[in-house]
Amino acid sequence: MTQVQHGGSPGNSRRSGGGRGGDRVMVPEADFESYYGRQIVKPAPWEHDIAIYLFTGGVAAGSSLLAAGADLTGRPALRRVARFGSLTSLLVSVGALVHDLGKPSRFLNMLRVAKPTSPMSVGTWILSLHGPFAGLAAVAEIAEMLPARWKRGPVRLLLALGRPAGIVGALTAPPVAAYTGVLLSDTATPAWHSAYKEIPFVFCGSAAAASGGLGLLGAPVAEAGPARAFAVGGALVELATEQQMEKSMGLSAETLHQGRPGRLMKASKALTVAGALGALVGRRNRVVSAVSGAALMVGSLCTRVGVYEAGIASAKDPKYTVVPQRERVDRGEPVRYRS
Amino acid sequence: MTGPNSFFGPIDPAPDAGYEDPPARKGFFTDTSVCIGCKACEVACKEWNDVPENLFAMLGTSYDNSHSLNANQWRHVAFIERPAESKPLVSLGMPTVGATPTELPEEEKPDFRWLMSSDVCKHCTHAACLDVCPTGSLFRSEFGTVVVQDDICNGCGYCVAACPYGVIDRRKGPEGDPKVGIAQKCTLCYDRLTDGQTPSCAQACPTESIQYGDVEELRARAEERLAALHERGVSEARLYGNDPEDGVGGTGAFFLLLDEPEVYGLPPDPVVTTKDLPEMWTRAAVAAVAMLAGAAASFLRRR
Repeated sequence: MTQVQHGGSPGNSRRSGGGRGGDRVMVPEADFESYYGRQIVKPAPWEHDIAIYLFTGGVAAGSSLLAAGADLTGRPALRRVARFGSLTSLLVSVGALVHDLGKPSRFLNMLRVAKPTSPMSVGTWILSLHGPFAGLAAVAEIAEMLPARWKRGPVRLLLALGRPAGIVGALTAPPVAAYTGVLLSDTATPAWHSAYKEIPFVFCGSAAAASGGLGLLGAPVAEAGPARAFAVGGALVELATEQQMEKSMGLSAETLHQGRPGRLMKASKALTVAGALGALVGRRNRVVSAVSGAALMVGSLCTRVGVYEAGIASAKDPKYTVVPQRERVDRGEPVRYRS
Repeated sequence: MTGPNSFFGPIDPAPDAGYEDPPARKGFFTDTSVCIGCKACEVACKEWNDVPENLFAMLGTSYDNSHSLNANQWRHVAFIERPAESKPLVSLGMPTVGATPTELPEEEKPDFRWLMSSDVCKHCTHAACLDVCPTGSLFRSEFGTVVVQDDICNGCGYCVAACPYGVIDRRKGPEGDPKVGIAQKCTLCYDRLTDGQTPSCAQACPTESIQYGDVEELRARAEERLAALHERGVSEARLYGNDPEDGVGGTGAFFLLLDEPEVYGLPPDPVVTTKDLPEMWTRAAVAAVAMLAGAAASFLRRR
């Protein structure tokens, strides 16, 4: 039998009531009706590019902040790590974003309009503002490494521009980390939309933990103090707000505990806690600091991929769309406009 | 132009989008109680809009082999077979051949109930797909409908995740189709509307299950039909999407259903995601400021 599939996505056919068996559950499965168990909302048609981008965007934003701080407080080694971290993650981010388009050759169509109702449009403009300044600061860092006899003319101008560019890059960095939370939650994807109150805080905390982790990984302990403080603070914010987020999410929070996203979130928690403790305990030890920094970075990556995959899972199962809506209708509280 | 109800609440979408003196809002009233599942709408839509093949497979889900609304399926007829209810069948005023079901002896009556419904893009008053589109490819037409401009869409896929009904999708194939990679959905036959024509699905519908017209007038017609059915004892009949105060501000394409919406694969209480967008931006701004302050504080400690 030929099966050609170009538009639709026949998933597993499950009868209403959800799948029985498989994972052992403590509470009975919510009973609900659906059309042959098929999804209602569609999952975002994105590859893991976007999950990677959530991580690299966070590293880029946090690194720009650390780079400017290191520059202003005379920490050249930390500044170098942070500026290179920022440029590298920006390049990976842009690559991932363009690759994920259905028509990559039309990437520039993003710049046709500026739409506050579209987090993707806002994000494009935020990146277009932040990217060149952070990039210029990183190029100035490369110029810094040139032999002294080359530091003349345009190279000197570049060196002089490093600090102001870095400061503008730092001031425009936090929106890069924060808007990705809105990017996910401004969808009909149950696990993303229901997390909208806390997700920007989780993502900003995760960004601080990852970029601070990069600083710990790359800079000597004598200069890594601010990276350590930023990383530990970020880890605490991420852990605390993630708990709160799960409470707000209601039913769809369970997608953060099942299957692969569940394992990723568990790993994220363990790595973030271990990384933060290691960063505090090992503040005089280069190796312990570096290992802790790496743990914080991987922990942040796990958070991003975990939240991303939980959203996709929540869209594919009609339960997360139907049950919360059916419950509010049955309570007599459907969403209605009241002037 | 933009007003207090631009994100949520009753509004006439075309003037809100900036049209001066637009024509009356156009839409569909799909009365599923007279749908016979002939799929003429699916075929007419594919023919007129040159929508390529979708799926050739026996899905084992009653007579539904076109699966779902997606980039290559702009009308989708759902088939639901249910055990018959014990109450007597009522005439829905359909043309019949031979004996009408109510005159059959009890043992010859069908032991199941068949629900059929032709689903389509809802052309929401508050359309999430249009709100989140970063290129301006999706736009509000003068008829109050929501249409993709094929030559502008860059296939970011954001609209796919934003639609509360799971209608719009990115076209995956067939290979070589010029619209592969970009978002596709029902246009309410924009090219026919501009010529004063009826959309192809409504034109082809043999039972007038799909009715096209001015949304205001269709809403009144739907209320009349609902009242008539209730009077005849079809208490399960209900309207879906006709309320301008619902989560999407009412839909341009709405339905008369004979069971709960989720039975047909429709969300029971859809809400446009951008209803919460102002609060999302506020919270993101607070998080961003906190991050900046946290970074500054990290450098304040003594060396």
